[in-house]
Amino acid sequence: MTTRQRVPAALLVPALLGLAFLVLPLAGLLIRAPWGTLPARLAEPQVLAALRLSLLTATLATVLCLLLGVPLAWLLARVEFRGRRLVRALVTVPLVLPPVVGGVALLLVFGRRGIVGQWLDQAFGITLPFSTAGVVLAEAFVALPFLVIAVEGALRGADARYEEAAATLGAGRWTTFTHVTLPLVAPGIAAGGVLCWARALGEFGATITFAGNFPGRTQTMPLAVYLALERDVEAAIVLSLILLVVSVTILAALRDRWVGSAT
Amino acid sequence: MRRTMALVVTALLLLAGCGGSGSDESPAASGGSAAPGGDALSGQLTVFAAASLTESFDRIGQELQARNPQLFITFNYGGSSGLATQINEGAPADVFAAASPATMKSVTDSGSNAGEPVVFVRNQLVIAVAKGNPKGIAGLANLSEPGLKVALCAEEVPCGAAAKKAGVTVTPVTLEQDVKAALAKVKLGEVDAALVYRTDVKAAASDVDGVEFPESAGAINDYPIVVLKDAPNTAAAEGFIKYVRSEGLAALTEAGFQAP
Repeated sequence: MTTRQRVPAALLVPALLGLAFLVLPLAGLLIRAPWGTLPARLAEPQVLAALRLSLLTATLATVLCLLLGVPLAWLLARVEFRGRRLVRALVTVPLVLPPVVGGVALLLVFGRRGIVGQWLDQAFGITLPFSTAGVVLAEAFVALPFLVIAVEGALRGADARYEEAAATLGAGRWTTFTHVTLPLVAPGIAAGGVLCWARALGEFGATITFAGNFPGRTQTMPLAVYLALERDVEAAIVLSLILLVVSVTILAALRDRWVGSAT
Repeated sequence: MRRTMALVVTALLLLAGCGGSGSDESPAASGGSAAPGGDALSGQLTVFAAASLTESFDRIGQELQARNPQLFITFNYGGSSGLATQINEGAPADVFAAASPATMKSVTDSGSNAGEPVVFVRNQLVIAVAKGNPKGIAGLANLSEPGLKVALCAEEVPCGAAAKKAGVTVTPVTLEQDVKAALAKVKLGEVDAALVYRTDVKAAASDVDGVEFPESAGAINDYPIVVLKDAPNTAAAEGFIKYVRSEGLAALTEAGFQAP
C-alpha cells in the first residue's frame, strides 16, 4: 500500500533515472527496428528454429534446476551441517563467474577430455558438447543459483511451526516436505522458477563455449542474435525483439497465474 | 537516435576499458608537422583490428611506441564484423584493420572512412589439428570421414566466408563465432579439426599443427586497413598505417601472413 505523502525528490530523481536507464535501451531497439521488413524476417526458418530451440532448452533447464535446486535449497535452509556457509557461497559462484569461463569449466568436466566426459564417451558413447543436451546443461549451470537463492529465501521466511506441528503429529520428514513445506513455499518456487527460466533463455556465453553454434541443434536465440549482428544490425534487432516479446508475454502470464502479483 | 546510439556505444567502450578518447585530443603536433619522413607521432591512437591480427599488431604497437615515446596506442581486437558495427555506430577509433574486404565494405558504405582502404597483408586457410596429427588428416577429403568432429567458422564471419569460397562441403559440429573460438575447440580436444588461418596455427604452435590444403588458394583473404573519418588523431593514424606497410611488415610475415 502506498501512503499519500509527497515523494522526496532525493528519492524520486534517482528512481526515475534508474527507470530511464533500464527503459531507454529497449526504446532504442523499438525505434531502430525495421518494421517494414518485419514479417518477411519473422518467416525465416532459421529464426523459428532458434526460437523453438530456445524455448525448449530454457524449459528443460528450468525443470532440471527445479529437480536439483529445490532439494538443495531445502538442505541449505533446514539442515544444520558443518561447512554450510561455504556450500552456500559455492552455490552462488556461477552468478559471479563470467559465463564464458563457466562454459570452459563445463568443457573441462564434460568435454571429450573432461573428467566426467571422458568416461561418458567411453562407457556410453555420449558426448555432451555440440548437442542440445549440452545447451540445457550450460543454461542450467548459470540459472541454478537464481532458483536456489529464491527458494532458500522463501524457506527461511516460511513459518517453521507448521512443519514442527506436522512432525509432532507423526509425519516423517519426506511427508512433511511434500505435504507441508512445498505448498507453503510454492509461490517462492514459482518465482524462482520464472527467474531461472528467464536467465536460461538469455544465456549466451556458456552456451556458445560449451555447446557451440549449430542451427537447429545448439543455436539458441541469443547465439542467432550475435551472429546476425555480424551480418546486419537490423536482423539482430528483429531477433532480439522476438525474444523480448515472447519472454515478456510468458513471464507476465506466469506471474498472474502463480506468483501473486503484488501491485 | 544515431547520436544516442553512438553515445551508448562510446560509453560501453569506455566502460570496457577501450579508452578511445572521444574528446578533443590535443596532440602535441604544434612543433612537428605530420609529414612523412620519420617525424615523431604523439597522442592517443585507437586501433580497431581483427582478432587474427592480435599477436602481430601487439608487436607492431610496441615497436612504434618505442620509437615515439609520446604515442599511446590502444588496440581493440574482435571479430571484424562486430568492430565494423561499432565503428558505424560512432565508436571513437582512428584506424580499422579488417580481416576481409566485405567487412571493410560495410564501413566504407556507411561513409565512416577517411581515405581509401588498402590491402596490407593476406592470409590463407589451413586445417588445424591436435599436436602430432593423431587422426592422420592429410587434406580436405579427410574431414568428411564419419566420426570426425570438425569446427568451422560461421558464414557471417570472414574465416567462414573464406571456407565457403574454398569449396569446403564438410558438415561441422559447430559454426564458431570467430576464428579464435574455432581454434580453441581444437586446443581443448573437443573437435579433431578446424579450418582457421595459417597465422592462428602459427600463434598456437605449441598446441596445434597445421595441415595445408591446395583448395585454400582459391580463398585467400585480403586484409584491408583504413583511417577513419572521425579519427581524433589522424596524423598518428596515417603514421601507424605507413609503418604497418613498411617496417611493420616483418612482424606480420613472421606471424604467417603473406605480403600483398
